[in-house]
Amino acid sequence: MSSAAAIAVEQPESFAFSPENRARAERIVAKYPPGRQASAVLPLLDLAQRQSDNWLPRAAMDHVAEFLSMPRIRVYEVATFYTMFNKTPVGKHFVQICTTTPCWLRGSADLVHACERKLGISMGETTPDNQFTVIEAECLGACVNAPMVQIGDHYYEDLDGPGMEALLDALARGEVPAPGSQIGRSTSCSVKGPTTLLHVPKRQASEPEAAPAAEPDLATAAADDAAATVDAGAGVETAGADIGTETADSGESGSPKTKPRSRARAKSKTDAGTAD
Amino acid sequence: MLRDEDRIFTNLFGFESFSLEAARARGDWDQTPELIAKGREWIISEVKDSGLRGRGGAGFSAGLKWSFMPKKTDGGPVYLVVNADEGEPGTCKDRDILRHEPHKLLEGCLYAGVAIGATACYIYVRGEFYDEAANVQRAIDEAYEAGLLGKNACGTGYDYDIYLHRGAGAYICGEETALIESLEGKKGQPRNKPPFPAQAGLYSRPTTVNNVETIAQVPEILRRGATWFANLGRPKNTGTKLFCISGHVNHPCNVEEVMGIPLRELIDRHCGGVRGGWDNLLAVIPGGSSTPLLPRTVCDTVLMDFDSLREAGSGLGTAAVIVMDKSTDIVEAIARLSRFYAHESCGQCTPCREGTGWLMRVMNRLVKGNARLEEIDMLQEVTKQIEGHTICALGDAAAWPVQGLIRHFRPELERRILAYRSARRVAA
Repeated sequence: MSSAAAIAVEQPESFAFSPENRARAERIVAKYPPGRQASAVLPLLDLAQRQSDNWLPRAAMDHVAEFLSMPRIRVYEVATFYTMFNKTPVGKHFVQICTTTPCWLRGSADLVHACERKLGISMGETTPDNQFTVIEAECLGACVNAPMVQIGDHYYEDLDGPGMEALLDALARGEVPAPGSQIGRSTSCSVKGPTTLLHVPKRQASEPEAAPAAEPDLATAAADDAAATVDAGAGVETAGADIGTETADSGESGSPKTKPRSRARAKSKTDAGTAD
Repeated sequence: MLRDEDRIFTNLFGFESFSLEAARARGDWDQTPELIAKGREWIISEVKDSGLRGRGGAGFSAGLKWSFMPKKTDGGPVYLVVNADEGEPGTCKDRDILRHEPHKLLEGCLYAGVAIGATACYIYVRGEFYDEAANVQRAIDEAYEAGLLGKNACGTGYDYDIYLHRGAGAYICGEETALIESLEGKKGQPRNKPPFPAQAGLYSRPTTVNNVETIAQVPEILRRGATWFANLGRPKNTGTKLFCISGHVNHPCNVEEVMGIPLRELIDRHCGGVRGGWDNLLAVIPGGSSTPLLPRTVCDTVLMDFDSLREAGSGLGTAAVIVMDKSTDIVEAIARLSRFYAHESCGQCTPCREGTGWLMRVMNRLVKGNARLEEIDMLQEVTKQIEGHTICALGDAAAWPVQGLIRHFRPELERRILAYRSARRVAA
């Protein structure tokens, strides 16, 4: 088991939603019928975790229980059942390496070794400077882009040992590497380019239209930083906000622009990339 | 091979925007009011006639499932729940629909909603799919703004809300009643059936749970007609299917192909072949981690559909093809799956809670050969004691990969045990 599965010994005295998150929590509860507010327990625990530097103190569980008029024990059993809730503090960069069979076949063990070598810690541990926590994760559902890791909210795919080390270096330098394929593949398409969809009439696809101004209130309402990083698909390596930890408080002011990568870019990167 | 004009997911790889405007240019949300005006019975019969079988793994007729919903309303809420809790190892197809084709999904939710008389829909997306969920929420917001959802959806007089709900990391929530429990704010532990969700599902109200891909295929079926879909593929195994090919192929990818495509053609045409050539193939897990593996000899000729793979002693599952070449430690590959199931067992039923851990421990010993020959039979026997003795299919899913290994690689297991023994004898 990872250290994140244990319960932290040192717990903060109290927790309360920030005014922004309180408003957001009320909007989340409104998605469910009257009297069914318990349905909001997962998104609210997620919100609380984002407000608490990516871990869930007991005081936060109690606050959510009170907010939803649930017995505390019902919230505790939910918080301890689902793997995405961290019951102990984690590093600024929470790295989850998928090691289930499809990733294992493509060399996920190399990613584990790269992290252990680079950071000097074992799986489930946090670096002394609290910058990195690394754990093994079960299938994260990006199997054709194996091996891959999740860092904060985002997926980094098509990795190998050196690629993993480069990612850690970039994070240590304070950069936010663009999520997605790290060898320039266009999402789940073959690295050699598409074998299908060659004869469907296509509109000009090189520059997808600007995203509409409307902002999503994602259950956790943190799409703004997702936007910043995913939009870095436009070629910027370091644009965007901190991953994962500041989202809940960073509000909805940003304009989410989660664009798909353009075909033109995908192609040029592929040509120059490391296709075997 | 499927012709490009017969493909449903024309933005599978996200070459274009997922926005409403781009989706409309691809043909989404076209003739929606007219199709809805044809009514509930028409939608159900079209989907039945198309032969569409659930794309989440079980392969049950989607139209038939809808027809189980109560025909007469008591005025209370009725729910459609979309299972976007994709997590079966090997599977990453719904992810592409969520991030690149969310409007196909939403439009399908509307037709499915009409078909089952739903008042609202929840889309349950696995928690780790954060960027994907952001795209779905954006698409929902666009659809509301354009009047396609909400009060008087598409100007049809039908009031219909769609909400996004994010999970928090639990494979078991892909089981439909566990998903409902989770959506109600509880631990994701499957319910006993009956009652089935069609009678008492979310909040004890009539509920249908459908997979993302199933729902997203409905709009094109209704627009092009049941016959178009039914004429693709083979009898009882109709239409198109998203395949995820991972592991030891030269170019792993997702692809939409016709149901019943030969496995070898799928791999050779779209993935650049098996690494090191077809003769270097050891085995294939054809439908996600729960389906028993197929040895090379079966892979030569097997067709990729529900019935062909069942006849071959496996299953289509989620059509997640995990390819393993001869460099693979096949015992370790399956042992890693046993670890997965031990990790993901919800702990509710004793045969699964205890059995998955037991399987994992024995499998881990077998990787090294540290076992007795009789333990192979014991392992087989224990998988049979788990299979069919639990509330949900996770126990079965844990048993089948091990059974497949014993069925096709028993000599390898025996070889390891004997090699381990003789090495110890030499050392002693």
